[in-house]
Amino acid sequence: MTTNPAKALILPLSLLAAFEIWARATHLQSDSLASPSEIVMALAGAFADLSILAATRDTLFSAFAGLAIGTVIGLALGIAFGISTTLDRLMEVTVEAIRPIPSIALLPIALIALGFGYRMEIVIVAFACIWPVLILSRAAVRSIEPRLMEVARALRLPPAQRVWKIVIPAALPRIFVAFRLSAGIALIVAVTVEIAINPLGLGAGIMLAQQALRPDLMLAYLVWIGVIGYALNVLLIVAQNRLFGRAALSGDGQ
Amino acid sequence: MASAAKRLEAVSGTAAPQISFDAVTLQLGGKTIIENLSLGVRPGEFLCIVGASGCGKTTALRLAAGLYQPTGGKVNFDGQPMREPRREIAIVFQDYGKALLPWRTAAGNVSLALEAGGTPSAERPARIEELLRTVGLPGHAGKYPSEMSGGMQQRLQIARCLAQEPKTLLMDEPFGALDAMTRQGLQDEVLSLVAASGATVIFVTHDLDEAIYLGDRVIGLLPHPGRIGIELKVNLPRPRDQLSTREHPEFLRLRRQLFDFIKATEQ
Repeated sequence: MTTNPAKALILPLSLLAAFEIWARATHLQSDSLASPSEIVMALAGAFADLSILAATRDTLFSAFAGLAIGTVIGLALGIAFGISTTLDRLMEVTVEAIRPIPSIALLPIALIALGFGYRMEIVIVAFACIWPVLILSRAAVRSIEPRLMEVARALRLPPAQRVWKIVIPAALPRIFVAFRLSAGIALIVAVTVEIAINPLGLGAGIMLAQQALRPDLMLAYLVWIGVIGYALNVLLIVAQNRLFGRAALSGDGQ
Repeated sequence: MASAAKRLEAVSGTAAPQISFDAVTLQLGGKTIIENLSLGVRPGEFLCIVGASGCGKTTALRLAAGLYQPTGGKVNFDGQPMREPRREIAIVFQDYGKALLPWRTAAGNVSLALEAGGTPSAERPARIEELLRTVGLPGHAGKYPSEMSGGMQQRLQIARCLAQEPKTLLMDEPFGALDAMTRQGLQDEVLSLVAASGATVIFVTHDLDEAIYLGDRVIGLLPHPGRIGIELKVNLPRPRDQLSTREHPEFLRLRRQLFDFIKATEQ
């Protein structure tokens, strides 16, 4: 982690430069590859005509809406299962039977039920986001200091206040980690749905570029999706350190 | 003073018990932790429970708090069976570091008890300030538990318990983890707090001197399973004093008796 960021960039940049030189030397003509300079030009063009911005808006809207719905459902179930062992045991088989279904396998059903568009994509993203939040928040609630729950009992805190004032704050650092995981999954699933079938967003952009035989634009979309994913993760890590810097450490370490 | 009259009543044994154990037995995981324990604590009495580790003294306290339910016999509070924790009963845990909410400030931790009791939010700040002053923490309202010393954290936990306006205060080795100087200071503060509020106290400790110094009565438990082995009435004048009380011939006599008892149980 102490590596100079400039040093870390040396290898990828020289690889790019080598690729550029090779592409120019061989007068690269391909349906799947394009030189870095062509990709940059295609990206600039997509920005200039705003097409990539509109696609980004569509993808992020679906991803965030799905993430929000999935997080709320996963959190509610995770907290309930974490508090009540009885409920957890009753639901265990159901959860373990549904959880392994790849979210993308729901696509045909979602398509029949909801048609093309945001709604179908949001439902599939939400389904994918529920599980990490459920599993991790259930574990987080289980690992809350038992003494705190005794304090809540001794003070006769009503159940709703117990959840709101003790359980959620105590589990929040770990719940946020689950949220960060799910955010990455949301982006992946949203783009996958768009590539597979849904005619909107960045995934559909890649498919259009491919059908138009524009490898430069296709790769420009790929690069841009990478940038978004990276930025999202950095943003959430910064938020996590800001919000729970000390709490996250003391929650795991001691 | 009303509380002085109550204390006299308590010590002389004329009042009806506030907390009573009636042939209480507790089995956990097939093991008998406490067997056939009967005792009554009168309103305003300061009862200390001592015993070797594993004798069930903390368990007895949890039964009194309503955190455990007996598997046999009855625990009563004011003549009614205890089925769950009650607001009039506050418990001070030994591990203050785990019993305080690390994400709330000192004021926020005291506030939790007021919120649970339904104190209107407009009245809370004044009550919190008053309680923090009572336990000697004025000016620390904005600090987090992690920024406070062990003694201060235990004072904070006591403030949170006082916010419940308890009739009974249960204390589980509250000063066990503190250094000797801090401990003596807190012993005297608890005595004056209790004298002012007239609360009944059950105080669990492994420190025999502490038990005699604080209590109106000391009960020594025998281990495996926990049951009463000795009961001593402490007829030492109040207010007690760290020097003169501990030099009192009666103190020394009780101390010898209690030490002999503990030594015998450990054989």
